[in-house]
Amino acid sequence: MATLLAIGTAKGLFLATSTDGRRSWEITGPHFPMTGVYAVAVDTRRSTPRLLAGMTSSHFGPSVATSDDLGASWDEPDEAPVAFPADTGVSLGRVWQLMPAGPDEPDVIWAGTEPSALFKSTDGGRSFELVRSLWDHPHRPQWEAGFGGQAVHTVLPHPRDPARLLVAMSTGGVYRSEDAGASWAPGNTGIRAYFMPDEWPEFGQCVHKVARDAGNPERLYAQNHHGVYRSDDDGRTWSSIADGLPSDFGFPMVAHPGRGGVVWTFPLVADGERFPTDHRCRVFRSADAGGKWEPLSVGLPEGPFYPAVLRDAMCADDATPGGVYFGTRSGSVFASRDEGDSWSTVAAHLPDVLCVRAAEV
Amino acid sequence: MVTVLLPGPLRGEAGGASRLNVTAAGTLRAVLDEMAVAHPRLARRIRDERGELRRYVNVFVDGEDCRHSGGLATPVKDGAEVQVLPSVAGG
Repeated sequence: MATLLAIGTAKGLFLATSTDGRRSWEITGPHFPMTGVYAVAVDTRRSTPRLLAGMTSSHFGPSVATSDDLGASWDEPDEAPVAFPADTGVSLGRVWQLMPAGPDEPDVIWAGTEPSALFKSTDGGRSFELVRSLWDHPHRPQWEAGFGGQAVHTVLPHPRDPARLLVAMSTGGVYRSEDAGASWAPGNTGIRAYFMPDEWPEFGQCVHKVARDAGNPERLYAQNHHGVYRSDDDGRTWSSIADGLPSDFGFPMVAHPGRGGVVWTFPLVADGERFPTDHRCRVFRSADAGGKWEPLSVGLPEGPFYPAVLRDAMCADDATPGGVYFGTRSGSVFASRDEGDSWSTVAAHLPDVLCVRAAEV
Repeated sequence: MVTVLLPGPLRGEAGGASRLNVTAAGTLRAVLDEMAVAHPRLARRIRDERGELRRYVNVFVDGEDCRHSGGLATPVKDGAEVQVLPSVAGG
């Protein structure tokens, strides 16, 4: 069994493969050089794993490609895989998220995009269709753009109920569907939006990332634009779990795919000071669903450390014990094969890391 | 016949060709529309799904930047040369 770590960067996709239990890595790339790879997925539901990459050329626009041979070759359809219908009057900025649906829908892939929209593929990611119900939502004209653009950056299917789906966007916040995407309701109660006159609005929050708990799919974790939260009711209401963290600002939030209550994040000082807290390279882990947090730094750089970790630049694999990975805006990628207790360097000096995804293949 | 000159990064979308011959003429839009039939992936590198030129792609008709001569409505005569060039952009 090999482990594949896909690393999307500002200038292409790099693929790291380990065949020795995640001790060492061989890296290929850049695939799609000079494109920003903001979204990547490793779809292991298929008998042959499929890689999906969402890349954007600053000159030639966005697209999505797939590979059924672990990146040895890529296939990109002639027709744009993700494109807005003519009547919307807008064009795709980029694909921010590619997310395989649950096991009951093996050909369904969700895509979150900029501008904020959700697309659905029923052919394994070859072609996508706009989810009109979210696009036509009456709140949409009031969704604003953050510095990174206005995007649906998180799509979380429910592992056991295909009718339930959650998306998160910056800004706009969390929206939930309980009817397979036919209708949507905001789910931001308890999440603060300190940058708005009403700090507790129905929607408009700048949620940076949401992760779903492995043991209890009704439990979710959110890293907000200031604020770290947990929901125990499938995203309807949220309460703070920031106590014990050195800061409530940051971008990623990753849940252990097999063990409930275990989450990782990478705090930054503040909105106005986007450096790692204490200028140290540390991941923070909770093993009790956010009750307590512990810093993890064994094997990580010890000196002053300034790069940030972006919202999708941290992930976990599906191995046992769990592997955790993160990449920095300075092009370093670190891996842990013991759930964060210790770390090693996978790669250094890559372009800015935008996203990472890992799986056993 | 109109000749479309392609930059290096886009030739892979046209079977490696550096130039394509297009029978349509009249406007730049008509030329690009015809090119899209045979080379749809090339076409979407140049124009987005609204049919608009991508921001950092420049198209010159007989040496003149189409953005200064009517955009996609720029007249293209039989025998003209249409050159596609990526603009100076990127980090």
